[in-house]
Amino acid sequence: MITREEFRTIAGNGIWKQNTSIAQILGLCPLLAVTTNAVNGIMLSLATIIVMALSNVAVASLRNLIPHEIRIPVFILIVAALVTVIDLLFNANLHELYLVLGIFIPLIVTNCIVLARVEAFAAKNPPLQSTFDGVFMGVGMLWTLALLGAMRELLGNGTVLGGIDMVFPNMQPIQLLPESYPGFLLALLPPGAFILLGCMIAWKNWMDAKAAERARLKPPAPVASAGCH
Amino acid sequence: MSAAKGFTASGMAVRTAAILFIFVIIFTGLLSGAYLWTKPAIEASAAEEKMKLVDEVLPRTEYDNDLLTDTVALQATPELGLADPSTVYRARKAGQPVALIVESVAPDGYAGKIRLIIALRANGEVGGVRVTQHKETPGLGDYIEVKKDKNKARPWITQFIGMSLAQVTDKEWKVRKDGGKIDYYAGATITPRAVTKAVLKAAHWAEANRDRLFAEGGAQ
Repeated sequence: MITREEFRTIAGNGIWKQNTSIAQILGLCPLLAVTTNAVNGIMLSLATIIVMALSNVAVASLRNLIPHEIRIPVFILIVAALVTVIDLLFNANLHELYLVLGIFIPLIVTNCIVLARVEAFAAKNPPLQSTFDGVFMGVGMLWTLALLGAMRELLGNGTVLGGIDMVFPNMQPIQLLPESYPGFLLALLPPGAFILLGCMIAWKNWMDAKAAERARLKPPAPVASAGCH
Repeated sequence: MSAAKGFTASGMAVRTAAILFIFVIIFTGLLSGAYLWTKPAIEASAAEEKMKLVDEVLPRTEYDNDLLTDTVALQATPELGLADPSTVYRARKAGQPVALIVESVAPDGYAGKIRLIIALRANGEVGGVRVTQHKETPGLGDYIEVKKDKNKARPWITQFIGMSLAQVTDKEWKVRKDGGKIDYYAGATITPRAVTKAVLKAAHWAEANRDRLFAEGGAQ
């Protein structure tokens, strides 16, 4: 089973310390494409949470059966099969939700964060811990993508919650800036996403540095980033 | 995880390959199982999706046949802007022709192609038009979509309902700016012009082909 301490570490890692988007900097390809508004970011993250929890628990349960030498092909096989099965099941049984989340599920295939967590965590830990790791990595992604999407949308269009009508048909986006706001196209284009993500990473590093100073600890070790974006 | 002792190099290779093979079999099985199990439900919802579109251009009360199976395959039809084969749905009531439901593409939208679904009644009237796909400027040209149109009571695209070649001449079948009778919103003329033209072309096409299409293929 899982201890309180373990749970707290896993949650802390996922939400802040090893946040997929602003610490590990993984899975940028879907992130940049999708976060033109907060709703899209949240929807992609929800789909990712489901996929990560399931692929982590599957790999963690099978981890003792998988020879070390061929673990990567087997992981890819498991993740790809699971994403496809989830896609099919959503389409068949939760069609309304599929119409909203559906376009994001295939995007997750291009998200290496799923494979990264399987390799880095689920291959070495029991199923329960691995499930929580998948969920909290997804939660970390959720708030980052929601924030990034909200900022891009506000700068680009002057609205918040654009696209909410896709999820709740009777809700409308809220115009926060005056109607005369000319819009700032750069924020909605991929370079804007890079620039804002850079600002968020800087902000996280600044927060970490401040916390480290306060605790009179050594500055945090730089996080290694994998060669996949 | 650990390599079992006592295996030779080739033995190890065979063992590893066998394990990988077993995983492939299991997960391929899982995939095919999921595919076969979900197939009927997915097909049903795809048909339901299609019917939803059809419902927008032609109310269900107006016909009594199973329109999704009463179809004619159409070769590439330049008159409808279709470069690929498509399907025409035939609506009938008590065996009598009611309307043809066709896809159409307006090739000259402001940002590329605009895909439409059009119901063309047997009496020559346009039953309804809906945009299924477009890339027109959000907030400017996208009012051709009912959902994006600010005029909820009478969305732009509903103007075509009831128009027919008998009542509206080709000269009038244009946006107001070009001397016709179709209203449009200031700021985007190219978009409504493209849609208007596509609907007119579809009406002409239906006029010429209606009888042949309703007679074709023995379905019903």
